[in-house]
Amino acid sequence: METVVIQVFNGLSVGSILLLIALGLAFTFGLMGIINMAHGELIMVGAYAAYVTQGAFSAVMSVPVAQIPGFYFGVAIVVAFLAAAAVGLALEAGLIRFLYGRPLDSLLATWGVGLVLQQVARSIFGAPNVQVVSPSWLNGALTLAPGVLLPYKRLFILATVAAAVLGLYLLLYRSAQGRRIRAAMQNRDIASALGVSTRSIDRFTFALGSGLAGVAGCTLTLIGPIGPTLGTNYIVDAFLVVILGGLGQLVGTVAAAFSIGSLNTTFELFSTATVGKVAVFLLVIVFLQFRPNGFVTVKGRR
Amino acid sequence: MTSTFAKRWATLGILAVVLFAAPAFADEFRLNLLAKFLTFAIVALGVDLVWGYTGMLSLGHGVFFGIGAYAAGMYLKLESTNGGMADFMGWSGLKELPAVWFPFANPIFAFSMAIILPTLLAALVAYLVGSSRITGVYFSLLTQALALILSIALIGQQAFTGGTNGITNFSTVLGFSLRDQSTQQFLYFLTVVTLLASYVLCKWVVNSRFGGLLVAIRDDEQRVRFCGYDPRAAKVLVMALSGGLAGLAGALFVMQVGIISPAMLGIVPSVEMVIWVAMGGRGTLIGAVLGAILVNSAKSGLSESFPDLWQMAFGALLVGVVLLFPDGLVGAVKRAYAQLSARTRTAPAVVPPLAAADGGRA
Repeated sequence: METVVIQVFNGLSVGSILLLIALGLAFTFGLMGIINMAHGELIMVGAYAAYVTQGAFSAVMSVPVAQIPGFYFGVAIVVAFLAAAAVGLALEAGLIRFLYGRPLDSLLATWGVGLVLQQVARSIFGAPNVQVVSPSWLNGALTLAPGVLLPYKRLFILATVAAAVLGLYLLLYRSAQGRRIRAAMQNRDIASALGVSTRSIDRFTFALGSGLAGVAGCTLTLIGPIGPTLGTNYIVDAFLVVILGGLGQLVGTVAAAFSIGSLNTTFELFSTATVGKVAVFLLVIVFLQFRPNGFVTVKGRR
Repeated sequence: MTSTFAKRWATLGILAVVLFAAPAFADEFRLNLLAKFLTFAIVALGVDLVWGYTGMLSLGHGVFFGIGAYAAGMYLKLESTNGGMADFMGWSGLKELPAVWFPFANPIFAFSMAIILPTLLAALVAYLVGSSRITGVYFSLLTQALALILSIALIGQQAFTGGTNGITNFSTVLGFSLRDQSTQQFLYFLTVVTLLASYVLCKWVVNSRFGGLLVAIRDDEQRVRFCGYDPRAAKVLVMALSGGLAGLAGALFVMQVGIISPAMLGIVPSVEMVIWVAMGGRGTLIGAVLGAILVNSAKSGLSESFPDLWQMAFGALLVGVVLLFPDGLVGAVKRAYAQLSARTRTAPAVVPPLAAADGGRA
């Protein structure tokens, strides 16, 4: 019983981070036909933003990083979101908009951007990993039953992701801007003909997706050390989530992220991490034979 | 007639002369380096067939290359241990040679497997993911996942694969010492001949009706289907050929470089294989070959003296090529030549830029 609870919890925890990363990818691909390989580096930007925030707090209050007040992490999340969104905006303006509807070219070009961003991070922060000291109120764990411990850090990540998904849901399905985004995703030309500025929609969505990657990077600092290649470890799984979930519907991506997260952790329990990866990969490929567009797909003309 | 013949094969002739003459000018170290780049050029030919001609961007060619290299590496390792256990097996607590390794003591089996296994795997991948109903980009992302999985699997199964270190410390191939200059020189010429033969094979493929079908799939797959062709069958065939070439290149690579490890076949090397073709010029065979040789020469030259600068410049160059020169070096040269001759002659000779070879919108 304990194992089941912990397993489910681990699956949710892994899945939630994947979800945060995959959301941005799914929307940029669904909306603009862009495969953003530099998304992993936006995660990295978010993580380093948290590191810098911590350093700034420590410098301004002139106390060592371990003693800065715990609320700094909330500030770090906001800073991470803004930093990654800003990099995303610059990326969209400088490169992505020339590549709309050319997914394979966008894939290669953004890979190049990723290389540059990694090198920039290496020049600024050095090649070795750095550590963000987690706020003390996140240490410890919730005891459900003897032997069933849920670490606060993981719970905090789950809560952050839940808040982000809820916010995204409200934005997409309950606001005028969200209606425009969905319209552009279903039929860009008609949306444009009806007066939707697809240009600004693209910019907004790309920045939003980038910002979410930044938040993901910020939460990753709770789990382990961060380095210039932090993002590359997550990007492949995140793309599997996009493929499995289908494009343009929140619910598909959510379902896919938690499926892959729990499949990975479950297979790891019974065998090795390798077998887990192989099994997930094979399941995705088999699944595609029956539903080539993933769990859910927007019906539209393309 | 003779002039088109000359035109068609001139590049190959120049390439052959340069490569056969190279040993006279290069020292042992540089020749070995060049041999390594030539094995990469063979991979690039295969990548170009599936991407430049068929429009399927494979980010998993490191897998096919790696399987070829590991199959040949297993044979070389067994020859160096006289069929006994490899050193890393003992470290990982194995008591005897694993059964999978046994048949690889036979060179004929090992080198056939180096080609057959990647061919079959590539065909299988193309069959499963090459359906017209599945978006072309998914092919790229899933082949990339395959590259990740293979490297994780190789690292994880240290007892069978040598883990992160890979397989190394070879001594002989078929009884000839790998350290002998004559052996290395023979392997160099073997690589040159293999590259030229692969080039001719690919040239024949792309000039055939089948090659026309491949380009048609790249430009409009649905229309090909409506014309009564089966794009999936063509994709399976071309991927099989491409995977086989990569496996063959891997086998040649491991004999001359003397090591194969997961770091040489994972995500990053697989993407680099595509980048060689992108920079050289996709959709032209000579572009793939030149791209592989030039990019790797630049890399080995620059990354030694300026490792930081290299990655930055490489990334920026990639962005520039995709944005400004989508048909690579060869395309840029062709266009410049066409502009020049248009200026000198009255008749404009326009080279149409490569159509955005891209599965279209999702």
